Amino acid sequence: MSEQTMNLKLKIWRQKDKNSKGQFVTYAMPGVSPDMSFLEMLDLLNLKLVRNGEEAVAFDHDCREGICGTCSMFINGRAHGPLKGITACQLHMRTFTDGETIVIEPWRAKAFPIIKDLVVDRSAFERIMQAGGFVSVRTGGAPDGNAIPISKAVADEAMDAAACIGCGACVAACKNGSAMLFVSAKVSQLALLPQGYAERKTRVEAMVAQMDAEGFGNCSNTYACEAECPKMISVEHIARLNREYVRAKLV
Amino acid sequence: MGKPTKFLTSSVGRKITLALSGFFLCSFLVVHLVINLFALKAKPDGTGAEMFTQYGDFMATHPIIRPLEWSLFAGFLLHAVLGIFLFIKNRQARPVRYDMNRPSENSTWTSRFAWLTGILVGAFLVVHINTFFIQSRFIQHRPMIDFIKEAFASPAYVTFYMVALVFLGYHLKHGLQSAFQTLGLRVGRYEKLIDAIGVVFWLLIPIGFAIIPLYFLFAY
Repeated sequence: MSEQTMNLKLKIWRQKDKNSKGQFVTYAMPGVSPDMSFLEMLDLLNLKLVRNGEEAVAFDHDCREGICGTCSMFINGRAHGPLKGITACQLHMRTFTDGETIVIEPWRAKAFPIIKDLVVDRSAFERIMQAGGFVSVRTGGAPDGNAIPISKAVADEAMDAAACIGCGACVAACKNGSAMLFVSAKVSQLALLPQGYAERKTRVEAMVAQMDAEGFGNCSNTYACEAECPKMISVEHIARLNREYVRAKLV
Repeated sequence: MGKPTKFLTSSVGRKITLALSGFFLCSFLVVHLVINLFALKAKPDGTGAEMFTQYGDFMATHPIIRPLEWSLFAGFLLHAVLGIFLFIKNRQARPVRYDMNRPSENSTWTSRFAWLTGILVGAFLVVHINTFFIQSRFIQHRPMIDFIKEAFASPAYVTFYMVALVFLGYHLKHGLQSAFQTLGLRVGRYEKLIDAIGVVFWLLIPIGFAIIPLYFLFAY
């Protein structure tokens, strides 16, 4: 444990509820340990706010180990902060310098309305999943796990796509607010595997239709999503979604 | 599962249309450059441009070129209108902008500003089409080589062309690989090939076009 603490300034977006107008509030934040995670630092701020009779900053969090995908925040102009391949909860205060001002904003997209402070409503992703992100199977006795052979290369690729935690960083980072990396990861994961192959045509159309209906933007291939994805999901999955779409329309 | 999409009203369908129209315009660039390079055979004594003039006459008068010419205009119009439409739709997808945003750390400026380089190339085209196409075909009825000699005698006009070609290069640098990605072709095993085709288009084609005004300004 390092003994030196950091003095920080936090410029945080505060918004009472969905319909209120939000604004930035700046908080002085002394006594931050470089070993704290970003969320622990916000916990400390909230503890101070509650003690002073102020309202705590609302932010989403759950597992705090980078697998649940809830901690959505735009830190100093980057989704999940400045480091690659991690979520906000995996970001540590040693990344920042003493005396720095840190700007913390919610994801900003028409399809992700702000609920309060840093918390956004990401149920648009759930509705896209409901539209086609599943396989239809008859219930019954569980089949043998190795009954359908799948090559290692394909299994690995499907697993890479399945690593998506649905955090929404792709949408947050994209200049167009496009959800293509999320949707393509789901389409790709299922299209690659035999269980998902059967419904691939209807799936890609249904998920793209729902994505469009939710008000996400159109992909313009800047690849910001891939750079900011905490699971480093490749834009090759977007290429596969595009192929799946052409196939569904033409074949 | 949910409802199917209509190709031209779905985001992916529109992107594919934009990509295909982009490829079509790229194919035109190749034809345009190859024919224009013949203008380099023109000598200061007024000879040498016969082949270029023949090409010009063929392009301007032969009936087989007419449907191609109209397709080309339609292709430009489709690419521009759809591009601007998607740009506006994309702005609407983020009504409140970030207070602090560092996009340069996750993407290239050519990709983020393809809409702007596109608009600048479009603006150049208005001047370009007027100088050559409209003047020679509809107003002055003189051979194309005369217009080339006159226009590129002016250093200011040549500079304007150089700047426009830089923007064209940047537009193609993003656009070409983006079109391959939109058609689902930019995957691991083709990535190097697509990058190589990309260099030909964003670097060599604008350089090829740049040689012509420079030749007429300096060597002619």
